[in-house]
Amino acid sequence: MAASETSISRGDVAHLARLARIAMTDAELDHLAEQLGVILGAVARVQEVAAQEIPPTSHAVPLTNVFRVDEPRPSLSAEDALAGAPAAEDGRFRVPQILGEPQ
Amino acid sequence: MSGSDRPADTADLVRLTAAQTAAAIAAGDVSAVEVAEAHLDRIAAVDDKVHAFLHVDRDGALAQAKRVDAGEVRGPLAGVPLALKDVIVTKGVPTTAGSRILEGWRPPYDATIVDRMRAAGIVVLGKTNMDEFAMGSSTEHSAYGPTHNPWDLGRTPGGSGGGSSAAVASYQAPLGIGTDTGGSIRQPAAVTGTVGAKPTYGGVSRYGLIAFSSSLDQAGPCARTVLDAALLHAVIGGHDPLDSTSIDAPVPDIVTAARSAEVVGLRIGVVSQFKGDGYQPGVLARFDEAVAALEKLGAEIVEVSCPHFDYALPAYYLIAPSEASSNLARYDAMRYGLRVGDDGAAGAEEVMAATRDAGFGDEVKRRIILGTYALSAGYYDAYYGQAQKVRTLIARDFAAAFEQVDVLVSPTTPTTAFSLGERVDDPMAMYLADLCTIPSNLYGGPALSVPCGLSPDDGLPVGFQVMAPVQADERMYRVAAAVEVALGTDRILEGAPTL
Amino acid sequence: MTTTTPATSFGPNSYEGTLERYDAVLGLETHVELGTATKLFCGCSTVFGAEPNTQVCPVCLGLPGSLPVTNAKAIDYTVRIGLALNCSIASWCRFARKNYFYPDMPKNYQVSQYDEPLCVDGYLDVPVPGRAETYRVLIERVHLEEDTGKSLHVGGATGRIHGATHSLVDYNRAGIPLVEIVTRPLVGTGPDAAAIARAYVTELRDLLRGLGVSDVRMEQGSLRCDVNVSLMPRGSSEFGTRSETKNVNSLRSVERAVRFEVERQGAVLDAGDRVVQETRHFHEDSGTTSSGRSKEEAQDYRYFPEPDLVPLAPDAAWVEQLRAELPEPPGAQRARFAEANGFATLDIEQMTNAGVLDLVAETIAAGAPPAKARGWWLGYLVGRANEAGVEASELAITAAQVARISALEDDGTLTNKLARQVADAVIAGEGEPDAVIDAHGWKVAGEDELVAAVDAAIAGQPDAAEKVRGGNQGAVGPLVGAVMKATGGSADAKRARELILERLTG
Ligand SMILES: [Mg+2]
Ligand SMILES: [Zn+2]
Repeated sequence: MAASETSISRGDVAHLARLARIAMTDAELDHLAEQLGVILGAVARVQEVAAQEIPPTSHAVPLTNVFRVDEPRPSLSAEDALAGAPAAEDGRFRVPQILGEPQ
Repeated sequence: MSGSDRPADTADLVRLTAAQTAAAIAAGDVSAVEVAEAHLDRIAAVDDKVHAFLHVDRDGALAQAKRVDAGEVRGPLAGVPLALKDVIVTKGVPTTAGSRILEGWRPPYDATIVDRMRAAGIVVLGKTNMDEFAMGSSTEHSAYGPTHNPWDLGRTPGGSGGGSSAAVASYQAPLGIGTDTGGSIRQPAAVTGTVGAKPTYGGVSRYGLIAFSSSLDQAGPCARTVLDAALLHAVIGGHDPLDSTSIDAPVPDIVTAARSAEVVGLRIGVVSQFKGDGYQPGVLARFDEAVAALEKLGAEIVEVSCPHFDYALPAYYLIAPSEASSNLARYDAMRYGLRVGDDGAAGAEEVMAATRDAGFGDEVKRRIILGTYALSAGYYDAYYGQAQKVRTLIARDFAAAFEQVDVLVSPTTPTTAFSLGERVDDPMAMYLADLCTIPSNLYGGPALSVPCGLSPDDGLPVGFQVMAPVQADERMYRVAAAVEVALGTDRILEGAPTL
Repeated sequence: MTTTTPATSFGPNSYEGTLERYDAVLGLETHVELGTATKLFCGCSTVFGAEPNTQVCPVCLGLPGSLPVTNAKAIDYTVRIGLALNCSIASWCRFARKNYFYPDMPKNYQVSQYDEPLCVDGYLDVPVPGRAETYRVLIERVHLEEDTGKSLHVGGATGRIHGATHSLVDYNRAGIPLVEIVTRPLVGTGPDAAAIARAYVTELRDLLRGLGVSDVRMEQGSLRCDVNVSLMPRGSSEFGTRSETKNVNSLRSVERAVRFEVERQGAVLDAGDRVVQETRHFHEDSGTTSSGRSKEEAQDYRYFPEPDLVPLAPDAAWVEQLRAELPEPPGAQRARFAEANGFATLDIEQMTNAGVLDLVAETIAAGAPPAKARGWWLGYLVGRANEAGVEASELAITAAQVARISALEDDGTLTNKLARQVADAVIAGEGEPDAVIDAHGWKVAGEDELVAAVDAAIAGQPDAAEKVRGGNQGAVGPLVGAVMKATGGSADAKRARELILERLTG
């Protein structure tokens, strides 16, 4: 793919990193901004083709209406469910304090 | 195999094909435990050089081999050892997807294909190395160090499934499981001189396959022969009610096709887009010879243009990272896996961000950020939306091509194996390794790589790719078997250096 | 419906005063947990109240490699809801992923629907107290999505998120099917804004209950409301900035939240300030809202079609079959019920608001005269429920038991007071009404017993008796009281009074 550079700033990458919940240093942000510029320049080629009337494809094989009957199946035991937890307490997953509100 | 064919010493057991191994066990010439031990010994002997395995499950392997020897399970691959890519979850056995973020995680469940392989008597030796979350084409993006190509330890075995292909190529296992999102089974197969097949999307269950890009990921077989690949594909394939995208139809008769190798009257389309600049001359030379061999066997060769294949790589590098940015959001330090920075003062949000910084490698971060960008408000239509339209155009190119021909063929990769470190810091160069393999993922059809000789310029293996229509997997096995027979490439690994 | 403040003498900043100067525009988003046996995308049970993290599996915990498979019944229920709300049903639509990080959401995306909801463009006609005509609430969309887990906030005050040192998460609720019902802006509500909001949620609840798709228990969170309110100057057609009050979880709270926001925003606008677009929290105790997450940092959910699920394409014939199976809508049901039992519109309104309409209907069906059935529930049992802090439907007494007690009162076996005692004993778990009566030996005092008690009362209170003889009928009260006391309440008070007057003045 031909690479023409698209400009993307450190601030843009910082915003994306926040959305993606990845803490990054300024050096990392700068490095990534540069690389993303190149990659975006290359992938932007998709804008050259595919006119308005072309429908998008989200699924490779066009199936519809795949369902399951509403019958209970065994769950994991609480012990198995919690076995991999970094921290657990009272049968629950223990997580650090939640600062934001639920959506 | 008759008694007189019995290998003189157990080291030779590792050189048998899967079909031969199963036959020897079924005939009582050798026990499944002996076969498993021979392979465990081989791993112990050579894997410090290759580094194909992240985890060897000696106890699990021997227990399963004993079940086979006790007659509890039968089948065409009963007792055959296998190297399992570490992106497939295994109950109680560490599963990392090549990432630091899952280090130490032992899943509480088995993937559907693991269940099926166990029921078929296949002996899983362990979990193999891979680019982190299957993002990469060299296995250098593993958090646990790179895998080395058995043909030249200074080169990469391709990726993301370099571990499984290298294990098969270095006789550590006759069979492997890979997963293919943009070429991660076929490209490593090509550069290690092995066979690798990506089945039709929906042909093999994804339940228990750690998702990279859900609409593209597909698990499939790695082997040293086309028949072995087909035998394994037949075991793992077929409808799974736990995967909504699984096709509810019988697996095409791929084993018969692999045994027949009959191509008389078959129309084979050579994709005109996949040649020219950027293609190693030796690769093109071997590819052309394979095409000529097929013509000589009675196939009709047609040049076919698929103009939108030129846009497959950019479309892929939008669709796959977009889906990945969402699929990998679950690695957040709350329920399983790594947790970093939980000092009692930090909030959940901070701990998530610190963990994801520490737990993901550069390539994974790059793709998450790229995917986040492509999906974000204001950019969706221009990037993700547009890429999905290109996906439609590529599927239309395939449909038009399959009006004229039965299968399409191309080199699997533009070059032979590249050196370790050569592309690891140049994402764009790395991405080019998947140029020829990506279209089939976007379309959903099956595609396979079979060796077609050694490149005259560097003596390294060259892969021949066969692409078939959705649910016509048998066609690619038929053509690949013909290539294998015509060129004798089922023995190509005999030319590899001794480790 | 009764309002929480007197309708008389309101100030300019009161709810009523504000709505003389501003028009309120409302929007209601209601989340309904469907009553399926299993979750939306896995086979885990949905039974409420299980031990934490015992109804979880690789799918609803979002473990690596797991994949969703849609529960057919959840689709069935969603289509029924859409049809009952007069929506069009999409012939083809997809689930989408809504991406955001939150610890109670296992995959850090919610499988929901975005620009392709299953049901669109419907309406619900709701009765408005004091209005002859119903108000038509337009429904924008009805879609299906998965619920989140639940967090317990530890270390702070009273389990609130602020000040907590850490949280404990239970994922039993994660993945339970939720239907989200979104209205178009409700305009032209005039002074009835809050009442219409409440009436809408009430009507929706009854409709959902009638469909049998959810247990619609607001107190358990199976029906949850977000209330959006904005104000614009009266007569304007340009909507003001809205607030979104989240998780308003009772009918009364819906009404109070609207009232509070109308008053609050009116004061902000009167002061020349701007209403901030934000989410707000409702406080049950004070009936007020407070600022939550500001929408300044706009959310970017990066919706895209869910690749792990295939599109839905409801078959037209199947949709028509579901349409044919729809039960009678609550409004029509109520009209027929009123007509058949001689109830006035106001009676129906009262019973609906008190949540006893179904109970009264069942009591009538069990043989009680309509007026008695209504009287028992509205006049007594609702009060008992309020004292106990539960819904009338949660009292441990059946409609059949109420009908039996009512019949015993009517035939003179029980006085009204005794009948209420029997009802209390049934609620207390003492058994069937007849058994309770036997066990306690409760029955109306016989004439002989009554006469004896009357004589004793007159003898015991000569002063009162003298006053009555002297023509002071008011003095008869203490004598009747003494009779009732002596008979343990089993006397017919009216007959006792007659006997006393007969003896002293006859
Ligand atoms: Mg919602
Ligand atoms: Zn579950």
